[in-house]
Amino acid sequence: MRALSKRFDAQLAVAGVSFSVARGSFFSILGPSGCGKTTLLRMIAGFITPDSGAIAIGGRDMAQVAPNRRPVHMVFQHLALFPMMSVEENVAFGLARRGVGRAERRRRAAAMLERVGLAGAGGKRTEELSGGQRQRVAIARSMVLEPTLLLLDEPLGALDLKLREHMKLELKQLQSAFATTFVYITHDQSEALVMSDHVGVMNHGRFEQLGTPQELYYSPATAFVAGFVGASNRLSGTVLRVENELVEVGTAGGWRLRAQRRSSVAAGAGAEVFIRPEAMALARTPAELPPGESASRGEVLSVLFDGANSVVLLREAQSRLELRVALPQTGRYSDLRPGQQVCFSFDAQRAVCFGHA
Amino acid sequence: MPEGAAASAWYRRLTLALLLAPALLWLFGLIVLPHLELAVLSFRERVAPREYQASLAQYHAFFSEPLYWHVFARTALLSALATALTLLLAFPIAWIIAKLARGRMSALLLVVCLIPFWVSETVRTLGWMILLRESGVLPALLVHLGLTAQPVELLYHDATILVGLVYTSLLFMVVPLVGSLESLDNSLIEAAYDLGGEGWSILRTIVIPHAAPGITAGCIVVFMLTLGNYLTPTLLGGKNSLWFTEQIYAQFITRFNWEQGAAFGFLLLALSTAMVWLGLALSGQRFGDVMRRV
Repeated sequence: MRALSKRFDAQLAVAGVSFSVARGSFFSILGPSGCGKTTLLRMIAGFITPDSGAIAIGGRDMAQVAPNRRPVHMVFQHLALFPMMSVEENVAFGLARRGVGRAERRRRAAAMLERVGLAGAGGKRTEELSGGQRQRVAIARSMVLEPTLLLLDEPLGALDLKLREHMKLELKQLQSAFATTFVYITHDQSEALVMSDHVGVMNHGRFEQLGTPQELYYSPATAFVAGFVGASNRLSGTVLRVENELVEVGTAGGWRLRAQRRSSVAAGAGAEVFIRPEAMALARTPAELPPGESASRGEVLSVLFDGANSVVLLREAQSRLELRVALPQTGRYSDLRPGQQVCFSFDAQRAVCFGHA
Repeated sequence: MPEGAAASAWYRRLTLALLLAPALLWLFGLIVLPHLELAVLSFRERVAPREYQASLAQYHAFFSEPLYWHVFARTALLSALATALTLLLAFPIAWIIAKLARGRMSALLLVVCLIPFWVSETVRTLGWMILLRESGVLPALLVHLGLTAQPVELLYHDATILVGLVYTSLLFMVVPLVGSLESLDNSLIEAAYDLGGEGWSILRTIVIPHAAPGITAGCIVVFMLTLGNYLTPTLLGGKNSLWFTEQIYAQFITRFNWEQGAAFGFLLLALSTAMVWLGLALSGQRFGDVMRRV
């Protein structure tokens, strides 16, 4: 196990990013569009030359290595399968460029197609395949060359929702079956969280946070990560009191809430609090709420039913702020109607607070 | 109402017929009818003044007189060569216009290719003559540079004819090539490069197969234009040009032998049809797909 490390420093698009990916792991770069993640990926692939910094793959510096000589292959956003070739010719393309003989090419292409579950599809034209099958051909085409690193540029973006959910699992399974390092870029946080061993959250050409999906979700390092990864209620206010790791923040309407401090804040300064919908408990009377948490009141605005992800939209009584609170899976509050009064509370340890920069 | 539906269908058919009428009249009156007349002419022989009989004598004359079929074969070969040269020259130009130049620049480059066509072909060809004749600009320049002792005659060579033909045909190759190269997704080229391809192998395996309909379309148009060109070979090649269209002209106008001229015309038509068919067969293209690129 040798760690790979890459360091870039391109002016605007990618500003001095450093990270390393352990061999055989699934690493995602997550960020909104225009954050520089595609530039970063294209630098690893070699299509863009970094202005400064260095990229090393498997301990070897890549600065003088052309893209067609790097041990890196890429799955393109729209897959870029060659329409003028059959599925088998697509998979064998890279082997042919390496001078592998025809019989050996056919054998290896067929074996690779079998591994991705497309045995016997070699003679088909690429247009005859479904979206998911095309995806697998694109991966097979790169994996047949046994790269050290496979780059994936939002390959699920063009698929419909159901297929995307399915392909997430399939990609993860393929990655562990091949034991190849995958670097995956996406703007879809669910893709990044489900598939990755590690995720780098990127914004304005910088990494906001590097960590496991759990770390990003439960202990975001910056306000951007807290807002971008997973759903959150974002509340602005003024710091009233700081007591060790906890802060008390007052919102514009005079609602006081307590949260865990994630950056240095001083009393009187502006701050933002993030509370996840599922971190809040819902009840009809304050007595039913978990003991030790300060209860708040709210009016039901609407119930957004979405199976396991159902939430209720509340208006907090004092501040008139709108909040999303997850409905318990037990179906206990499925009879809530707009206009009804409810109580809610949350554990201060599960709410995070960031001071304004 | 079935009657109303029938009436509206009848109306639609009438509208279609009226819209197509000018084109069909043109096609029938100016192309089909004269060719039928020429076909009849080519299969008869004058046995006495104003007396004709059906015969294959005109076609027999073509094969028995070596000059005729030598000129015929020479025209076909030089046309094929001119087409190949035009393709070689047009491909990099089309690549620059379609892939490297951006926005206004690519439009500007296309206009630069178009500009020579604002001048009539006769004037353009006379321009070449001013440059290339013995007392012209280029031979004088060669003498001035000390490359030749005497001014050399650069006109009336096969190479001169080829230069003229390639120059005249360039645009008709560039336009379909630009169209077919523009539709090539850049990520395919990147993917091929990423998978270990290099310039030449990517050109051979990705770019040319994708551009094949455009290449075939350009070659067909250029070959037909070159084969049927009269002015350029006559002016630039002079007496030595031996172009088949000149033979046809001579039969019709100089020798007043319309029967022989008609037979030559049909032989030329057969040649260009055969070459187009051969080109399509060799490149594995379908005529319909190719013509959509022109």
